[in-house]
Amino acid sequence: MNMQVDALKQPQNQVARMLLEVKDLSVAYGKVEALSNASLCVGEGQIVTVIGPNGAGKTTLLSAIMGVLGSRGQVHFDGSLEAVPEVEVLVGRGLGLVPEKRELFASMSVADNLLLGAFQRHRRGDRSHGQTLQEVYELFPRLWERRDQLAATLSGGERQMLAVGRALMAKPKLLMLDEPSLGLAPLITREIFRIIGALRQQGVSILLVEQNARAALRVADYAYVLETGQIAMQGPARQLADDPRVIEAYLGLASKHQEMLAS
Amino acid sequence: MNFQIAMLLGQDGVTNGAIYALLALSILLVFTVTRILLIPQGEFVTYGALTMATIQAGQPTALVWLLLGLSVLDCACDLYAAARSSHGFRFPRRIPLKLGYALLMVALIKTLPLAELPMAFQVLLTLCLVVPLGPQIYRLVFQPIASASVLVLLIVSIAVHVTMVGIALLLFGPEGARTRPFSEAGLELGPVTFNSQTLWVIAVSLALIVGLFLFFERSLYGKALRAAAVNRLGARLMGISPTLAGKATFLLATFIGTLSGILIAPITTLYFDSGFVISLKGFVGAIIGGLVSYPLAALGALGVGLIEAFSMFWASTYKEIIVFTLIIPFLLWRSLASRHVEEEE
Repeated sequence: MNMQVDALKQPQNQVARMLLEVKDLSVAYGKVEALSNASLCVGEGQIVTVIGPNGAGKTTLLSAIMGVLGSRGQVHFDGSLEAVPEVEVLVGRGLGLVPEKRELFASMSVADNLLLGAFQRHRRGDRSHGQTLQEVYELFPRLWERRDQLAATLSGGERQMLAVGRALMAKPKLLMLDEPSLGLAPLITREIFRIIGALRQQGVSILLVEQNARAALRVADYAYVLETGQIAMQGPARQLADDPRVIEAYLGLASKHQEMLAS
Repeated sequence: MNFQIAMLLGQDGVTNGAIYALLALSILLVFTVTRILLIPQGEFVTYGALTMATIQAGQPTALVWLLLGLSVLDCACDLYAAARSSHGFRFPRRIPLKLGYALLMVALIKTLPLAELPMAFQVLLTLCLVVPLGPQIYRLVFQPIASASVLVLLIVSIAVHVTMVGIALLLFGPEGARTRPFSEAGLELGPVTFNSQTLWVIAVSLALIVGLFLFFERSLYGKALRAAAVNRLGARLMGISPTLAGKATFLLATFIGTLSGILIAPITTLYFDSGFVISLKGFVGAIIGGLVSYPLAALGALGVGLIEAFSMFWASTYKEIIVFTLIIPFLLWRSLASRHVEEEE
């Protein structure tokens, strides 16, 4: 009964075609539940953001969707149910994750890192990754300049660009970005958010996890607030940006600084 | 010691060193990609050598039954996995292929006039028989525990080694075997004659090392294996599955091991349990390379071969002791020189 009332009260992300639908996803580390019954959806062509404080379970959420972490619940991606999400299967079906720690191949060159992003496509006999490589280099001219350098020698912003570029090499339908602006200089942060906008133009849907709530809400269509492992609030991003509770918790004075960084 | 003896010992040392280098490289490869210390690597050497010897003796090798048995188990695992798959049951198309391959091998072994076959064909047949065992062992033994700690993997690896030695005794018997050399002629260079098999060993080892280098530097699959070694999670996110990487490295390692066995079989008499000491010396080489550096491991293994040969001249009873004592200063130097790296996060 209570649930139904909640469903009525809570807005839903209304989209033409659902790309990712997560229902009641829970993850437990031993007895501690890091994520409990989280549900969210991302439509085709949408940018959806999940904001929330440190330790709210944002990274856990993305890892569970991707199948890196074991979870309970349902993940529907691109029209079919993944009872047990498997990373390799999902990558092949067009889901990409740029993890918080980037997870680059440090002792390999930038070009090789990008090339490996197309590994699944190559395996399935798709030899058109040269075209995608060119597009990635156009998006990130910096990577072209550094193509023969080892990934370990890149700066923080370049590493993030490489991580995003590598994920794009797989031609994902949905790209999940985990804290793309973490630890980056203001100018680079702005650049990253510009690119997130540009990706949507190219038809890539995005699920963005961010601490920089203001910048995330500005670029996103729809937003979820994750607190202590639960979805506390959701709504169209613009609406949420005006919500007094969100303003107080995430967009208050403290975050004015963040805004300056990202605008 | 005169020049001639030094040359002979050097020749001996380089031959063995080349084999140790190949084994060191494959041990290193398997370790960096899967974190498994491949103790049974030496068994692939003996399996290769002894299978070759049985074929040359014209006997249908019993190894083919092991291949068939493992193939059946492998297919059973595939079926079980397919039945539990979340996407509904789909018959794995690999099963007929795998079983067909094993049965084809049985048929070949039973019908071919093994002893009369040309040498190249015997080598090929031996490779076809022994090499598939590697990926199968990975599938049956290591894949289910792929995420276990290094220690558990090591213990299981030792268990596989012990089992394989036992099976070797069952398949090949307790007698040692030696095969015919690839070619009879030797190469005379001044006062020293190079044994033709020595030249074969060195040439094939060099070719393999160059081939491996090209594979890892140039091909996407080689790069994918390196990527899996450098960053496991990163590789998974690119769709490079640890299972695929594990099977591929085991395939490479088994291939190298078996070929090494075939190469040295005409030079040394191998018994069912000779593999361990051989791979242990490759392991010393890999340790010298710090279990990370391929060129250092290869050089280290070459050094092991040379030291072994020369210590045989001066103190033949102590040759194993000398070789294995070598590892201590390197371990000391390694542990002092390198920062302590946390193995698991």
